[in-house]
Amino acid sequence: MSYLIEANALTKRYKTKPTPALDISSLQIPGGRIVGLLGPNGSGKTTFIKLVNGLLTPTSGQITVCGGRPGPESKAAISYLPDRLHLPGSLRICDLIKFFRDFYADFSTQRADSMLSALDIDPQARLRTLSKGAQEKIQLVLTMSRRAQLYILDEPIAGVDPAAREYVLQTILANYSDDATLLISTHLISEIENILDDVIFIRDGQILSYESAESIREREGKSLDAYFREVFAC
Amino acid sequence: MSWKLDSGRPIYMQLLEEIQMRIASGRYPSGDRLPSVRELACEAGVNPNTMQKAFTELEKKGLIETRRTAGRFVTSDAALIRRIRSDLALEEYRHFSEKMKLLGYGEAQIHSFLCAEHKEDIT
Repeated sequence: MSYLIEANALTKRYKTKPTPALDISSLQIPGGRIVGLLGPNGSGKTTFIKLVNGLLTPTSGQITVCGGRPGPESKAAISYLPDRLHLPGSLRICDLIKFFRDFYADFSTQRADSMLSALDIDPQARLRTLSKGAQEKIQLVLTMSRRAQLYILDEPIAGVDPAAREYVLQTILANYSDDATLLISTHLISEIENILDDVIFIRDGQILSYESAESIREREGKSLDAYFREVFAC
Repeated sequence: MSWKLDSGRPIYMQLLEEIQMRIASGRYPSGDRLPSVRELACEAGVNPNTMQKAFTELEKKGLIETRRTAGRFVTSDAALIRRIRSDLALEEYRHFSEKMKLLGYGEAQIHSFLCAEHKEDIT
C-alpha cells in the first residue's frame, strides 16, 4: 500500500518558540479519502500543510508526498488552497484562468468555466473588485478545476456566508476525482463534518488521534463537532 | 426533498434509512435506475464513500442490485419492497404508541385516538 502523505519523526521548530510547532512520530494518509485536519488555533495545522506543500522545511525527520520529497513533482500533483487570498488582485478572472491553465498541466478550463457560470461572476471583472467571499469562491474554483492527486484546502469556508457554504461543499464534492485525497483544515466542524471520511485531531503540534468519522459517531454517540468541543474544552 | 442528517449518528445509517424510505414509498420505483453515488452524495452533502457504504448495505438487504456497466437499480422483487414497507410502518406505529403510553394512554384509547375524527376530544 502506498500513501499519499507519509511522515516519520517529523518536527518543525520556529526560532521564536521553545516548543516545536509540530512533532509527529508517524502518519500515513492514503488516497481516495476526505480527511479533516482539526485542532484549535495554533495547534500546528497550517505548519503541517506548509510542510506537505514544501513551503517550509522540516527541522528534523522526513515527509514524503506523492512518493517523493516535497518539490516540483509533488507541487504538480497537489492543488493547494491557502487560508488567505494569494492571487494578484489586478488580474481579470479570465486571465487568472489562463494563468492557471499555463501553470498546471492538470487544469481543466472547461470545469472552471462551468463552475464560474454557476456563480454568476463576470469573467472580465478584476479579482480585487469582487467581495471577499466572491474572491474566495474564485480561488476555490481554480483549486478544484485541477485534476490533482491531493487537494489541500486550508479553511475553505471561513470567509463565505453560511448560505454559500453549501455551494462550496457541493463544488468540492462534485469535482474531486475518486482516487484523490482531500485534506481539509477547518474549525467550522459542524459545517463540514458530513463530508469527512477520516479525522485527524491535532493539539500542540501532536496528533491526538486519526480515525474514521463514523467510528467516532458510533463510539461517542455524538457529532464530531460536539466531540471536538469535549476534547478541546478550555 | 432534502436529506435531514443528524451528525450525532453514523451518517451511512441515516442515508440507508432515507433511501429505504424512498424505495418503500415508491419515490424510487421498483425496477428503476438509481441516481449515481456521486449525484446522491452531492445532493445529500455527504462524502461519496459514505453513500457507497449505504448502497453496499442496501445491496446486502437485496433492495438494490448492481448491473455491471448499467448502474444500480431498485429491486424488481415487489414482495420484498412490500415487506420492507410494512416493517417501516410497524416501526413508526411502535414509536407512536410508545410515546402515547408515556403520556398515559392505554391501548384502547390509542386505538380510538387513531379512529377519532376530532383528536382534540380524546381524553
